[in-house]
Amino acid sequence: MTTDSLPRSDSLGGPLPSSMPDTGGHFGRYGGRFVPEALIVALDELDAAFRAAKTDPAFQAQLTHLLTTYTGRPSPLTECLRFGAAAGGARVLLKREDLNHTGSHKINNVLGQALLTLKMGKKRVIAETGAGQHGVATATAAALFGLDCVVYMGEEDTRRQALNVARMRLLGAEVRPVMSGSRTLKDAMNEAMRDWVTNVDSTHYIIGTVAGPAPFPEMVREFHKVIGIESRAQVLELTGRLPDAVTACVGGGSNAIGIFSGFIDDPEVALYGFEAGGDGIDTGRHAAAITGGSVGVLHGQRSYVLQDADGQTVESHSISAGLDYPGVGPEHAWLADTGRATYSAVTDTEAMDAFRLLCTTEGIIPAIETAHALAGTLQLGRKLGPDSVILVNCSGRGDKDVETASRWFGIMDGDRAPEGRA
Amino acid sequence: MSRLHDAFARAKSENRAALIGYLPAGYPSVQGGIDAIVAMVANGVDIVEIGLPYSDPLMDGPTIQAAVDSSLRGGTTTRDVLATVKAVAETGAPTLVMSYWNPIERYGVDAFAADLAAAGGVGVITPDLTAEEAGPWIAATDAAGVDRVFLVAPSSTVERIAVVSGITTGFVYAASLMGVTGVASVSQAAPALVERTRPLTMMPIAVGLGVSTAAQAADIAVYADGVIVGSAFVRLLLDAATPADGVAAVGRLAAELALGVRRASAG
Ligand SMILES: Cc1ncc(COP(=O)(O)O)c(C=O)c1O
Repeated sequence: MTTDSLPRSDSLGGPLPSSMPDTGGHFGRYGGRFVPEALIVALDELDAAFRAAKTDPAFQAQLTHLLTTYTGRPSPLTECLRFGAAAGGARVLLKREDLNHTGSHKINNVLGQALLTLKMGKKRVIAETGAGQHGVATATAAALFGLDCVVYMGEEDTRRQALNVARMRLLGAEVRPVMSGSRTLKDAMNEAMRDWVTNVDSTHYIIGTVAGPAPFPEMVREFHKVIGIESRAQVLELTGRLPDAVTACVGGGSNAIGIFSGFIDDPEVALYGFEAGGDGIDTGRHAAAITGGSVGVLHGQRSYVLQDADGQTVESHSISAGLDYPGVGPEHAWLADTGRATYSAVTDTEAMDAFRLLCTTEGIIPAIETAHALAGTLQLGRKLGPDSVILVNCSGRGDKDVETASRWFGIMDGDRAPEGRA
Repeated sequence: MSRLHDAFARAKSENRAALIGYLPAGYPSVQGGIDAIVAMVANGVDIVEIGLPYSDPLMDGPTIQAAVDSSLRGGTTTRDVLATVKAVAETGAPTLVMSYWNPIERYGVDAFAADLAAAGGVGVITPDLTAEEAGPWIAATDAAGVDRVFLVAPSSTVERIAVVSGITTGFVYAASLMGVTGVASVSQAAPALVERTRPLTMMPIAVGLGVSTAAQAADIAVYADGVIVGSAFVRLLLDAATPADGVAAVGRLAAELALGVRRASAG
């Protein structure tokens, strides 16, 4: 069966969820542009380059060529029988973005934006990174295209994701540890914005998620749509039907939007985003902007934000550096409000249990970010039961997390017996 | 005529530019901040900008970040900022707030404009509120009778300058350089930006970012209606051995800058 053989719900009438954003970059009341005036011209230039590229066959051919010969797309779909058994017997299908070159979904967006950088005639790229996956992807593309590259990374994250710092440096990028604020992803993004305002003539800022001022949320979604397009066809081919549910972890929300976009106009497919619950929502030590935050403006857009009564951003907490962010992309805020997607939080402990389970049942070491989606999938599968089909975005691989996981499970000292074996 | 316009008009009648001084509220303490700002006014600052400390100040360099961080760690709230406005406005100097957008939205857009007016404040500068998102703020500031100041930048096209000038009241804030506060010095782009802006607005134009010395103030005063100094004042408070030393140093710099904006007319 092919993608085209099932009717899409376009025939239902009324505006489809996929019709967002509006021309101002708004998803309902979310999104938009809240930036210094100095950046407006650069955002307009980017917007024009992006819209031209969308309909430029040469650009699309170049991107497709890279995705195929460099990234290794299409990424496979893997059915997880033993993990599925633990998820109430549901059919659990992993979309293997972890098998992309550089080890996560982040490369899809980076290659698109790097090509746009060349089109705009800029010679330097900058990026923020939390887990380091977006930084590695950006450093990789910079090496490939001969661009100067600076990656901003919270000092705390340079410690917990040391492997990726080394990778970026090997690739020729400069990694600048950020010492301000909570020294994590939020502060790295602040520093990258400051660099961009100062060097906007020569520099493109490759934002790594579906957040930031318009057109970033829409543009980053566009470059990750390939995840949804491929996996929709793959699920149909394997099972002969659409999945009952699609799950993904949500930091800023790029891997989730990428896979959701393939199913957004299929109302029968439930969409679930899992945020980082840290020590638990009631402890206040978490990174779940939708589940535990309120509406505010951060990093150029309106969305859900962790903030106090005065609108000061509150520090987020998560074992996962890539989810340790107090905001979320505006499209997710809108999908949450409209009920099209459902968001909930997964604690550090639940995520690490699921991490271990995937290792021992399937021989796949996921990123700790991804483990949040896996934990949510275990709960969901137990609810939906044996005949259900759940598509999970396996957003990244866990090599970078081996040290964190080893410490969590105490397996380096050999002082704790392996747990979580199914 | 707003009190802000009166201040620009008075400077103009003296054939000089207005001197605008910035300090964040709550640094080194709420009262210490008030004392420093009052010293600026006593030594010749015409118009005051009080920074509302924010956790993610995208347009600020390390100097203002450090003061604002410390202010927030000391527990400064939006109410403290309004209390600072009230105390400073009592000196008679037109007093504005400089705030990133989220704290205003969180306080309540209408409530913030109204409470600022009630505290004696005359306007608000919003460095990250774009014209496209400003609708509710335009309504709120009109209703409360306070000015809303927007920025233009060296990268701004004539079309953008027209849009921004069209919604700004009080004065147009011309950012002298591409970048954040307190890092580089006022750039060659500033006179060109003022020249491009001039035909598009009846408002006074003030130049800020990267101004720290009387000589720079004198240069800018030749072509602009106002000279804005921020990080240089903040630096003095950060480096001061005691709060009293800081207040004295701020007063001395204000006096030098006040001579600077007058020197242009002399020479
Ligand atoms: C493997 C992986 N998954 C997910 C994320 C979270 O980002 P997003 O929510 O944008 O997909 C990251 C971010 O670093 C990541 O590395």
